[in-house]
Amino acid sequence: MYGLFLRHFYLITRSFPRVLDLVYWPTIQITLWGFISNFFATHTTYYNNAVGVILTCAILYDFLFRTSIGFNMLFLEEIWSRNFTNLFIAPMKIGEILTALVVTALIRALIGLIPAVLLTSPLFGISILDLGIFLFFLFLSLYLFGITLGILVSAGLLRYGPSFENIAWSTMFLLAPFGCIYYPIEILPEVFQKIAYLLPLVYIFEEARNILINQTVDIQNIYYAFMWNGVYFVLSIALFYYSFNVAKNKGTLINMGE
Amino acid sequence: MKNLVEVKNIKKNYGKNEAVKGISFNIKEDEILGLLGPNGSGKTTTIGMLLGLLKPTSGEIFINGQKLEGNRIEILEQINFISPYIELPKKLTVKQNLTVYGKLYKINNINERIEFLSEKLRLEGLLNSITGELSSGQKNRVSLAKALINEPKVLLLDEPTASLDPEVGDFVRSFLEDYKKEKKISILLASHNMNEVTRLCKSILMMKDGIIIDEGNPEELINKHGRKNLEEVFLKLSRSKNELN
Repeated sequence: MYGLFLRHFYLITRSFPRVLDLVYWPTIQITLWGFISNFFATHTTYYNNAVGVILTCAILYDFLFRTSIGFNMLFLEEIWSRNFTNLFIAPMKIGEILTALVVTALIRALIGLIPAVLLTSPLFGISILDLGIFLFFLFLSLYLFGITLGILVSAGLLRYGPSFENIAWSTMFLLAPFGCIYYPIEILPEVFQKIAYLLPLVYIFEEARNILINQTVDIQNIYYAFMWNGVYFVLSIALFYYSFNVAKNKGTLINMGE
Repeated sequence: MKNLVEVKNIKKNYGKNEAVKGISFNIKEDEILGLLGPNGSGKTTTIGMLLGLLKPTSGEIFINGQKLEGNRIEILEQINFISPYIELPKKLTVKQNLTVYGKLYKINNINERIEFLSEKLRLEGLLNSITGELSSGQKNRVSLAKALINEPKVLLLDEPTASLDPEVGDFVRSFLEDYKKEKKISILLASHNMNEVTRLCKSILMMKDGIIIDEGNPEELINKHGRKNLEEVFLKLSRSKNELN
């Protein structure tokens, strides 16, 4: 019995991503639901005039989630199937690998999104299309951030190997409290607000609520969302190339999946 | 015969650990070079460097006259690799897998190539089978077909017949001999099967602790070390102090 305990204990203590995984899940859950509860306790009438705002935000968030996880899944599937080395010895540039994954992740996300959008109308009498032409910009922004997160996680997988897998599953939850998906940014403590303003998510979800509740469009929110997306996207690509070079030095590409 | 592979004094350090300590060798066209050595001797690291998956700490690698550093993509079009430690996606059919790799290697007439390889490797009846449901021997032949999909000039083989029954193992060895002769390709064969190495290789490198401790053809090595066969030579060298250094 002690031996089995030791087997798992050694595994956890030898892997930073595994330790991180243990620590941040409870922290994130408590933080996220704490903010949601706090918001509903103090703003009971906020959503009165906009039935469906939460559902719309849930669909938007799910699209982001699907895009990001979809991208990670594509990468992880190559590791799980032990096909990773085959891919990296094929004559493909890193840019070509990333482009293929980005396009495939979009198709996967759309396959999941379209039925959800179509179902909300007959089931709940709500149409996400109420967001109008700006819906396209919001989705595009979410897609960009989703694949950016996917590229960042893939860079981590290249750098640290399969032990980074747990992080792959939970990046979205890590950012959820700062994303202000279900509540306005004012509900966050000031320090968290400063962090949240550095993410495109807060501008996207603030704007979705603004359009649905106030029936107005704040172009600045959309602009900031794209600006931060651009910054993080470029950073993620740079980090992926850096991780690839580190993996070539450390030998991670050969041992991946073992 | 020209050298298709030229390795010049390559070293690989992982931090303070020197995995490969400056080795040099060439592989001519129409040659199978055996790479032998105990576990941890640096064989996999050497293969990783030849595939561009590992960056040498120093030294140079040339494939078909082109320097690997700076020409990785062009060189990867001309080489391929098979190892029991890597597999093809299990959920795809054999044909789907070969088609995917045919596309990745930008092969024209993929169907003709698949047809040719499936005939040579006894895969005709398996093309629509799910790869994950095949036996070890069948999977091995599919991996070999994938490794030959781009008609490589240089083929790197890491334990190509490990876990195969004697009949399939013999088939694969015969196939490799014939294919090498027909296409005049260079093959680097890392194996712990000494009979296989004796049969296939005219030249052998013996590695230990990151260096080449001896080299020659199997017969020479057996005579030089006064042993009955290559396995005994391997055991002697593995257990002795490094001979050449």
